[in-house]
Amino acid sequence: MDAEEHQWRLSQDPEWADVTPIPQDDGPNPVVPIAYKPDFIETMDYFRAVYKANEFSPRALQLTHQAILLNPGNYTVWHFRRLILDALGIDLNEELNFMSGISERNPKNYQIWHHRRWIAEKLGTDAASKELEFTRRMFSLDAKNYHAWSHRQWVLQALGGWENELDYCHQLLEEDVFNNSAWNQRYFVVTRSPLLGGLEATRESEVKYTIEAILGNPGNESPWRYLRGLYKNDPKSWISDPQVSSVCLKVLSAEANHVFALSTLLDLLSHGFQANQEFRDAVDSLRPSNSDPADSDLAKTICSILRHVDPMRVNYWTWRKSKLPSPVSV
Amino acid sequence: MGELVVDKHVKYILSVEKRKDSFESVVLEHLRMNGAYWGLATLDLLGKLDALDSNEVIEWIMKCQHESGGFAGNIGHDPHMLYTLSAVQVLALFDKLNVLDADKVANCHPFLGLLNFMPDISGLQNEDGSFSGDEWGEVDSRFSYLAICCLSILHRLDKINVEKAVNYIASCKNVDGGFGCTPGGESHAGQIFCCVGALAITGSLHHVDKDLLGWWLCERQVKSGGLNGRPEKLPDVCYSWWVLSSLIMIDRVHWINKDKLAKFILNCQDTENGGISDRPEDAVDVYHTYFGIAGLSLLEYPGLKAIDPAHALPVDVVDRIFFQK
Repeated sequence: MDAEEHQWRLSQDPEWADVTPIPQDDGPNPVVPIAYKPDFIETMDYFRAVYKANEFSPRALQLTHQAILLNPGNYTVWHFRRLILDALGIDLNEELNFMSGISERNPKNYQIWHHRRWIAEKLGTDAASKELEFTRRMFSLDAKNYHAWSHRQWVLQALGGWENELDYCHQLLEEDVFNNSAWNQRYFVVTRSPLLGGLEATRESEVKYTIEAILGNPGNESPWRYLRGLYKNDPKSWISDPQVSSVCLKVLSAEANHVFALSTLLDLLSHGFQANQEFRDAVDSLRPSNSDPADSDLAKTICSILRHVDPMRVNYWTWRKSKLPSPVSV
Repeated sequence: MGELVVDKHVKYILSVEKRKDSFESVVLEHLRMNGAYWGLATLDLLGKLDALDSNEVIEWIMKCQHESGGFAGNIGHDPHMLYTLSAVQVLALFDKLNVLDADKVANCHPFLGLLNFMPDISGLQNEDGSFSGDEWGEVDSRFSYLAICCLSILHRLDKINVEKAVNYIASCKNVDGGFGCTPGGESHAGQIFCCVGALAITGSLHHVDKDLLGWWLCERQVKSGGLNGRPEKLPDVCYSWWVLSSLIMIDRVHWINKDKLAKFILNCQDTENGGISDRPEDAVDVYHTYFGIAGLSLLEYPGLKAIDPAHALPVDVVDRIFFQK
């Protein structure tokens, strides 16, 4: 019997002779009639029979395997499989092995991830390292798999295993510094890990790390947002920390994508940051020759430049400009 | 710019049922209820809902309802909130919500049987205010939306603790202004739609930092004019819906370039056989056809019915439900 090849013929198998298959009822005139393949029809007909009879047996377990290979998205099958696993007291480590191949072939299937969580929950803290390793493998196929990230965050919070998580984030960012999922995970770790002491305790080293990433790729949206996140609920430090304004200045003075440096500087100015002449000169040098004349208000000049260099979002930058306080007439 | 090939799309939707033995049909069998919603909502937006016999559809839908009140993705499958909302939405399209016992759907009882203590929507609310999709406990802000939207259409929001549900959604908010599937989960346009939609329906949009989220959402527009769902991901027609509807609900839709987006969607049409794909030149499917046309409707493309961004139903249907118009 080779379940992978879908060669199983239940109707000819003496082991199944006592079961009467139950056919699919699509109603007399289905709206969207479906022509199923014969092996799919047979498997599901027998599945319905064992499901209806609540048959918790090794052969029923094998049948769910077959049905899952044919359609891993059917959660009734998965649910029934869990009931059988429970009833038969199957070693759940075996079940995790069974899952691995299926997960790699169906990385975005909700049921598979849910099933894994069910198993891991039952196995408890022993499963933590296995699950972290498994998600690692999934990320080697797709480092932004939303389900896998969701699973990994759950594992960390429910079962533990935080020790190497920051290093792991670093490793993923080394591979692809544009990976927003890895930046998000980094934020998850610095804000939630019981081992690191929270945002304030990690801020200094994190700011340094982030600034390096920004200088490497100034057009990368993720570290800019991460940098801002490091000062959550503390806008005063964000405005007064010279590291923040100076990274803007460095990017503005370099041959690079300036959009995020300009928008960050705009945010700083809107929150009361006082820019010196160096900032004014750097911004001024970016003014396209055919743009509006330089405004004495630095923030307005920035908005004008952004309107020009980011035309897709011209309405947003126009709105930002309109929100700036008008100069007080003397 | 190419035009919307309305007749071809209608033909495509109607032809999906005739396609035999396709990979899609086997894989989608269990979520046929979602397929019915995507296809029928598309027809309605195109003004062609009458191309199908509503009685047949309704008869099939009601066969998918379980004792407990919840709906399955197809006859003989288990109920799930995902399908319950689609079933309720399709019945709403046909103005047939009256065939439902709204209390039964909103408040159904665990049904007898050794295995199946089946879902009732309001019974799925967890202690922290979040919702699980079924009795097996998948927790996700998506399900908060499904439950809130469904109960709202049924006029049964009083069945749940709205305040708790709203607080859970608010806890999924990130520093970039977006929302994830659980607290700390990465911001994702699909999850943002769910959270903003649920907050809009419950009158709780004050939990959204509109300017910050609006900027994050309009950053999703890439050079081709299409929208992606997360930074550095490829554009996909389905985000025309998730991003655009969220921007409309927070009143920031003018921050994106609408013309370029419309052009991107129209470029994803199969102008010969109908249907819309995720990106230009890819294979079409019902899911992307729906989101493409719904996106164009949000962009006020001429000839399309207007769609309500929170309930994902045509505005005339929503008016009928909430204003008896």
